[in-house]
Amino acid sequence: MNVQKHIIILLGGTLFGFGLAYSGAAIPEVVLSFLRLEDLGLAFVIGGALLVTMLTFQFLPRIISTPLLGGSFTRPAKLPISKWNIIGASVFGVGWGLTGLCPGTSFAAIGMGNWPVLAGVGGMFLGALLYGLLRNRGVSGIE
Amino acid sequence: METLFPLGIEQYLVGGLLVGAGIAVIYLMTGIVAGVSTTFTSTWSYLFTDPASFFRRDTFVASRLWRLSLVFGLVLGGALYLFVFNDGVATVTTLPVGRLFIGGLLVGIGTRMAAGCPSGHGITGNAMLEKSSLISTITFLTVGIAVALITQTIL
Repeated sequence: MNVQKHIIILLGGTLFGFGLAYSGAAIPEVVLSFLRLEDLGLAFVIGGALLVTMLTFQFLPRIISTPLLGGSFTRPAKLPISKWNIIGASVFGVGWGLTGLCPGTSFAAIGMGNWPVLAGVGGMFLGALLYGLLRNRGVSGIE
Repeated sequence: METLFPLGIEQYLVGGLLVGAGIAVIYLMTGIVAGVSTTFTSTWSYLFTDPASFFRRDTFVASRLWRLSLVFGLVLGGALYLFVFNDGVATVTTLPVGRLFIGGLLVGIGTRMAAGCPSGHGITGNAMLEKSSLISTITFLTVGIAVALITQTIL
């Protein structure tokens, strides 16, 4: 991948992270107040992001045939619905409900100077390591 | 409960539109659908060199560098907010570090088992109208709300 694409991903990621910070979604306490049904504003973060991305993903490939920097419009691998969606999302939900942390918001939180969140991100890398090691030992999972 | 939106909705909606715009710009320019949690797996491919290893699958090795660009951007975006809108005042959580670590561990394992997180399933997957993403989203919202309500009273 060329340098131009990396710069665009860096800039797009910056906008993504800024939006998470501006909205409050990158603050664990704000996410917890949503999950405790005290302030449902986070639904507008998800809804606003979903509105823009849905319009983009559904209509952009019909307007232009290739991305502006070349290549092709990708879709994530079409995953079959499996029990792993339910099991994995449940395990994630426990960690999310305990801390208000999710992957994207945690990186933005670190940028906001929220240093204890580094422990959470360390846990996320370790959790993915454990999962990969289990897969190496033949434990089944999503393909 | 006085209101469901004690802080109003403006900052939430504007922030969400900016999140969507960031993902849309990446898609418009490169065709890439930017999810975050795969980074936790793909980055380990730098350390695991056995070609048979789970971490060395093509999909992880091929995407590992741009995924690091993406998360570096996320950190930069948070820092931009810190210095431009918050006068350099850090937002530091009062949650115990041990709880953040345990929660992070579950987030890491769970997102990899389900192959997605709130950005990958909740936003991009749902925007792609993927049924597996809708099921994952409903599940993690339900469990997250239940756990947050239960632990509120005991933790």
